[in-house]
Amino acid sequence: MSDSKRVLTKTYHQPLGDKLWRNFVIGIPYFWLLLFFLAPFAIVFKISFATPIVAQPPFTPLFDFTANASQWLLATWDNYRFLTEDNLYWVSYFKSIKTAAISTLICLLIGYPMAYGIARATSTTRNILLMLVILPFWTSFLLRVYAWMGLLGKNGIVNSLLMNMGLIDSPLQMLYTDMAVYLGIVYTYIPFMILPLYATLEKMDPSLHDAAADLGAKPWQTFIDVTLPLSMPGIIAGSLLVFIPAIGEYVIPALLGGIDSLMIGRTLYDEFFVNRDWPLASAVATILLIIVVIPIMLFQRSQQEQE
Amino acid sequence: MQKSSRFVFSALCFGFAFLYIPILVLIAFSFNQSAITSVWGGFSLRWYTALFNNEQIIEAALLSLKIAATSATFATILGTMAGLALTQMGRYRGRLIFTGLIAAPLVMPEVITGLSLLLMFVSLQELIGWPLSRGAGTITIAHITFSMAYVAVIVQSRLSSMDQSLQEAAMDLGGRPTQVAFDITLPLIAPSMLSGWLLAFTLSLDDLVIASFTSGAGASTLPMVIFSKIKLGVTPDINALATLIIGTVSIGIMIASWVMFRQSKRN
Amino acid sequence: MNNENTIKANQSAKPYVAETPWLDPEAVPFIQIKGLSKQFDDFSAVDNVDLNIYKGELFTILGGSGCGKSTLLRMLAGFETPNAGQIIIDGIDMANIPAYDRPINMMFQSYAVFPHMTVEQNISYGLKKDKLAKAEIATRVKDMLELVQLSELAKRKPNQLSGGQRQRVALARALIKQPKVLLLDEPLAALDKKLREQTQFELINLQYELGITFVVVTHDQEEAMTLSTRVAVMDAGKFIQIDTPTQVYESPHNRFVANFFGTINFFNATVLSTDPEAQTLTAQLEKTGTQLEAKAEGRFSASDEVTIAVRPEKISVSQERPEGDHLTITKGTVEDLAYYGNRSVYRVRSQSGRIIQVSAQNNQRSEQLVLEWDDEVYLSWDSSCNVVLSE
Repeated sequence: MSDSKRVLTKTYHQPLGDKLWRNFVIGIPYFWLLLFFLAPFAIVFKISFATPIVAQPPFTPLFDFTANASQWLLATWDNYRFLTEDNLYWVSYFKSIKTAAISTLICLLIGYPMAYGIARATSTTRNILLMLVILPFWTSFLLRVYAWMGLLGKNGIVNSLLMNMGLIDSPLQMLYTDMAVYLGIVYTYIPFMILPLYATLEKMDPSLHDAAADLGAKPWQTFIDVTLPLSMPGIIAGSLLVFIPAIGEYVIPALLGGIDSLMIGRTLYDEFFVNRDWPLASAVATILLIIVVIPIMLFQRSQQEQE
Repeated sequence: MQKSSRFVFSALCFGFAFLYIPILVLIAFSFNQSAITSVWGGFSLRWYTALFNNEQIIEAALLSLKIAATSATFATILGTMAGLALTQMGRYRGRLIFTGLIAAPLVMPEVITGLSLLLMFVSLQELIGWPLSRGAGTITIAHITFSMAYVAVIVQSRLSSMDQSLQEAAMDLGGRPTQVAFDITLPLIAPSMLSGWLLAFTLSLDDLVIASFTSGAGASTLPMVIFSKIKLGVTPDINALATLIIGTVSIGIMIASWVMFRQSKRN
Repeated sequence: MNNENTIKANQSAKPYVAETPWLDPEAVPFIQIKGLSKQFDDFSAVDNVDLNIYKGELFTILGGSGCGKSTLLRMLAGFETPNAGQIIIDGIDMANIPAYDRPINMMFQSYAVFPHMTVEQNISYGLKKDKLAKAEIATRVKDMLELVQLSELAKRKPNQLSGGQRQRVALARALIKQPKVLLLDEPLAALDKKLREQTQFELINLQYELGITFVVVTHDQEEAMTLSTRVAVMDAGKFIQIDTPTQVYESPHNRFVANFFGTINFFNATVLSTDPEAQTLTAQLEKTGTQLEAKAEGRFSASDEVTIAVRPEKISVSQERPEGDHLTITKGTVEDLAYYGNRSVYRVRSQSGRIIQVSAQNNQRSEQLVLEWDDEVYLSWDSSCNVVLSE
């Protein structure tokens, strides 16, 4: 019998400490996220029914029981009514989704070959390439968007270069256009496309290619029949990682977009900070949240399948 | 096979050029004597001196670094706990919701997170009197919230590729769950925790939208200051700032890679 | 040899002396498994099994992948909770006792040696969790290192060790806690052939010296036969036969068990008559009409359809009809032969069209094979080698 201090008796009681540890590890992050991530959405929803006033905070409470009977319900659908009536918002939502979709597609078209190339590289090259992909990400994204401002402006580098080469006579309007927004989004989000794609492609068994080739498939066919379907999890993850946040993107449309590049993130930000209309901003946010809920659930499903 | 290899190779070249040319241009023109970016006026360090004399920027930078370090540390702790909770603790009620709570911050548009957190702080203030005022503290809480999701994903990924039997062996030898966690699990996921910390630090340092929403009077982070400057157009001292940041980060990454390379050689 | 004495002195009980405790009705099993079941979703991994293992046994659970043996082992260790049934070890019910409080230790298939600790730290881990005094731990670790011959490697990290050395660390780490039961999950699977043979003997000796009850789980029938005091053959969550290696090999209960160990020949036959007193029966092989005698417990009657099983090494090949009592004789043509150096394997097509496999030791040093393809031969074996199976 080992002379351990733990003696096994006929009746066993599990020490309390084990249960506490488990509850602690699960409970604390759970509670934090419930309080600071989930609960706030409920508050946004609540305030979307308020009315803006000049006060601190700049909106009315939803119920006021001190006033007379007919006036106690201060909550109102006004904000939502305004959203549906004013064309601006419909256009913004639609434009945002369209812009995000197109940008995601471009990201995929550029990012897939890059991820593929990195996955096929030798070990040392691969690590260097990965580092090169991640490096821009570690530097300020704000400043990288700013770099494009310098490049695309009327007095910017690209225009100067083209004019000096004699290809154009007067500077092109590149900044403050939709093209610039696409460019900005693709530029910022491409690491988010490359990394999940790379992760999936890297796990693929290279002998599958050889097997297909052995059975008579040309390289292009191997790609479509074998590589593409198997990399689908990476494609889905990467696309959602770009598409969903891009819908609500603010900085890129604000810096690179024109007056007519209406993105909902910018609209929301302006309602809040410029018009100081918190309830309307909340309504905008609520609708945006409803729009992204389903893609987010798809994303969560794709993350789970990876396990 | 040759044609597709050439295609992939040129795609890689184009892609990396696309990624790096703006950065390189930025760096080049930070040394430009002229204030107009398209005209090269000669080599000069004037923008760097202007930068170091700019108190607003220096203060904002220090604040951002402070917030980044604090939020990264707490995000790593919470994110690691979340990662453990999702991979090690078996089944429990509400686990599915928990996975959603960890996945959603990764893709949630920042304007929504920012607005909702601000409204939460306002409501809390009304209800319980805290937070008294918004500023560095509320920004930090906001950053912890979204960063911990990233840390959780990194830790989760490492845990799922770890040999499960290591922890079972520790349990089998008499280790209680707390002991197994500190003796075996944490040492083995330490590198992932470090990556998570660095990622959280970067995300915090870089954040504009959420900080704008959750900040208060007098608390301006570096991105907020930069943004207010560049909204109006290109200003060369920002080039200098960008170069410094890029330079520091690049050197940091290269040192880290070199250290990791040496470590793997030793093994 | 001082080390084993030091370790033995710490045992409060001597190794079990009786040779066959499972035959002794008075003996109390050290490990009692009663009605144990475990389901995963719809799938029944372990299906209502009973098992008694006696102190000092080297017991093997043998089965193919998916048969439930690993699940059973994990339930013993405490990593899975049974859906039904009991596990009682040395009189104490293990229900609700988590793995870290059970008097059982396990050697994992992957060894699970902690990569961030040295050999010494690995081995001493369990004792540190028991909160033993530092000096005590140091002595015991030193003795254990000598026992498994790892003293020179004490300060090394696992990635600097070979597979066999890592296995010894895993073993030492578990044994140092002097558990009542040691579980071994596929202990020889990852080793190459030479190392496997060597480790087999080392394990047997170690077990005998320390007197700890070993429970081994494996899919390798050779491993099961060489190591064990008894073997339990498992399939689809149930035990098919629990016996000594000799009995499982020579007296399998059914085709499944017979097929599991080595090769075996099956003949379809009809029972002609039975002799309940002598516990024998006579049967006639189908198609050839060869008659034979066989030992059988009384559960058969005339005109029953049975299977007669005969091991290849029991069969002799000759070119003349052999003489002798109690021989079963049949004829055939040599269709294939394979030379293995120490033995030759012949595949003989009998008159019924069936292929009979014969394994003959090459006990003569001869350059020429005596038999060739298409030779007509007589196959004969002692009737005591006939095993009667009902299915």
